[in-house]
Amino acid sequence: MAKLTYRDAIRNTMFQEMQRDERVVVLGEDVVGGMGTAGGPEAIGGIWSTTTGFYDAFGPNRVIDTPISESAIMGAAGGLALAGKRPIAEIMFADFIGVSMDQLWNQIAKFRYMFGGKSVCPAVIRMPCGAGYNAAAQHSQMISQFVTGMPGIKVVMPTTPEDACGLMRQAIRDDDPVVFLEHKFLYGLTGEVNEDPDFCIPFGHARLARAGKDVTIVASGMMVRYAETAADDLAQDGIGCDVIDIRTTSPLDEEAILDSVEVTGRAVIVDEAPPRCSLATDLSSLIAQKAFASLKAPIEMVTPPHTPVPFARELESAYLPSPAKIAAAVRKTLDYR
Amino acid sequence: MQLNREALTRAYRQMKLIREFEERLHEEIQTGEIAGFTHLYCGQEAVAVGVCEHLTERDKIVSTHRGHGHCLAKGCDVDGMMKEIWGSQDGLCNGKGGSMHIADIDKGMLGANGIVGAGAPIAVGAALSNKIDGPDENGKLAIALAFSGDGACNQGTTFEAMNLAVVTKAPCIFVFENNHYSEHTGVDYAVGTVQDIASRAEAFGMKVWRADGTDFFAVYDTFREVLEYVRTPGNGPAAVEFDTERFFGHFEGDPQRYRGEGELDRLRAERDCLKIFRASVTGAALLDAADLDKIDADALQAIEDAVTAARAGARPQPENVLDNVYISY
Ligand SMILES: Cc1ncc(C[n+]2csc(CCOP(=O)(O)OP(=O)(O)O)c2C)c(N)n1
Ligand SMILES: [Mg+2]
Repeated sequence: MAKLTYRDAIRNTMFQEMQRDERVVVLGEDVVGGMGTAGGPEAIGGIWSTTTGFYDAFGPNRVIDTPISESAIMGAAGGLALAGKRPIAEIMFADFIGVSMDQLWNQIAKFRYMFGGKSVCPAVIRMPCGAGYNAAAQHSQMISQFVTGMPGIKVVMPTTPEDACGLMRQAIRDDDPVVFLEHKFLYGLTGEVNEDPDFCIPFGHARLARAGKDVTIVASGMMVRYAETAADDLAQDGIGCDVIDIRTTSPLDEEAILDSVEVTGRAVIVDEAPPRCSLATDLSSLIAQKAFASLKAPIEMVTPPHTPVPFARELESAYLPSPAKIAAAVRKTLDYR
Repeated sequence: MQLNREALTRAYRQMKLIREFEERLHEEIQTGEIAGFTHLYCGQEAVAVGVCEHLTERDKIVSTHRGHGHCLAKGCDVDGMMKEIWGSQDGLCNGKGGSMHIADIDKGMLGANGIVGAGAPIAVGAALSNKIDGPDENGKLAIALAFSGDGACNQGTTFEAMNLAVVTKAPCIFVFENNHYSEHTGVDYAVGTVQDIASRAEAFGMKVWRADGTDFFAVYDTFREVLEYVRTPGNGPAAVEFDTERFFGHFEGDPQRYRGEGELDRLRAERDCLKIFRASVTGAALLDAADLDKIDADALQAIEDAVTAARAGARPQPENVLDNVYISY
């Protein structure tokens, strides 16, 4: 075990996989940082410091610094993958998915199906996402609802450094296209990480972050951290919560969620995306359909309102879910009848 | 140089206001009082002002993430902008947008933009609207223009917008501000037509101009020609590339390790559009140093007042988060 930040867990895993497999390549804007400047390549080393040192270690063929062209970055990742490489493309902010949507949604996601199973497209698309930095409506969004709704794409949302490592290695070795949603707020989080060079976490397996018998809280990404805080606070009052970190939204570990709700009979879903046609509504419908008989209270959703992400500090905190809002929702399910 | 005293004074005041606005933000941001990402326009003032001094309120501009200079030059209220950057409910956008999304539609300022390359297509649409409205009594069209950086010129959206403008003969102007960097990447690396953006626009079939963006008079005189051409019905779009410099980091907090040894000192000494303007107007005895000093003091005061107002501005309430998603729902 090693103590690593979430950022370094991602960086180190990609680095190790590049050492292990020559087909792994990295591309994106400023992933080298400093190209064509006096400071030279690696002057910056990636704006999230997740690709620092890659260019020096692997050179320009495998570490491709791109102009500002998300559509071409996404499409090139698809083409590299179809041609036998294992690209890891970085879309600097998940919000910029908008620029590249066709190449992901109509191309990468659908190749295999449209081609009757004859193609393999092992692309990993990294997208730093989420709010909390007052970066306003175009640099703060959670986009899990769009990518989870795309048949053909697997979607990963790690919360801990260890999960970031195991899920990243799985994503790189996986033969399907994977969208890897890194929460910007988690980069500095430290934790123990398994150092086994083959440590992978299979997709579709949730993690039980807290155990309790009264209420089930289902969350992903940064929302798991808030749910843990809420659960710890509630535990002081003798209220026990299962906190389920789903880890991958597609495939989804339905069993872990349903098993827990069957015991607690109460469910709170926490999601950072707006509430319509989202992960929150998806998980609510799952529980309503498959655990209806166990429910003792209506399912609660803790989500932002149906608005874009606002700028001002007061507005962004009003927008985002929080431990207090989650705890209130838990109490609401307990107060029901 | 055909500007009268009043016009020269106005141009200098506008450039100085932008400079002080940005220098002050640079300081305020260190204190942590201002939230979010801020990209400063310091160094590029002559472009925004040399362009916008020619425009009327009927002309539309679309800006970028580095938008403060464009906003001020197009007439956005200084206090309203400062309050917006402070996230006040009294800000130009009620604290919803912040630095990257300042807009004032009535002034013809259709928004700063957080998405690189998003501006050019929007400008084409606004230009087509002007084309539909037709020429004024003097036979001239209102125009729309997009400011784009050397980085934005690599987006497909910018290419598509240029072609659309050409084939529809939209009275649209693509203003490229080449400050040699997109974030931490040099233009030599990222732009395949080595240091030259205008040639791309030319390849799309439009007339192009180039000028030194640190010389207000070069910008002003060049843009007059561009505007004359695009305002004439039937001519369609044009592009102009200004060679300019950014004095601060890409965003506030950027360590700027990509800069060369002494680069910033050299730029401040040799490529400062305000110094160049001052030398040129005092040298030609168009304005004297005392006039300029007075403008400097006024600009400083205006910014001081704006910051005081921003600090005292009303804060948004949690329920305001729901305002203005729709007009009716
Ligand atoms: C679609 C999109 N991709 C990437 C970014 C991140 N980004 C913000 S500004 C910038 C560089 C823009 O360079 P340029 O167009 O030259 O403008 P400058 O910053 O020099 O004013 C980048 C890559 C973004 N905001 N939007
Ligand atoms: Mg630039």
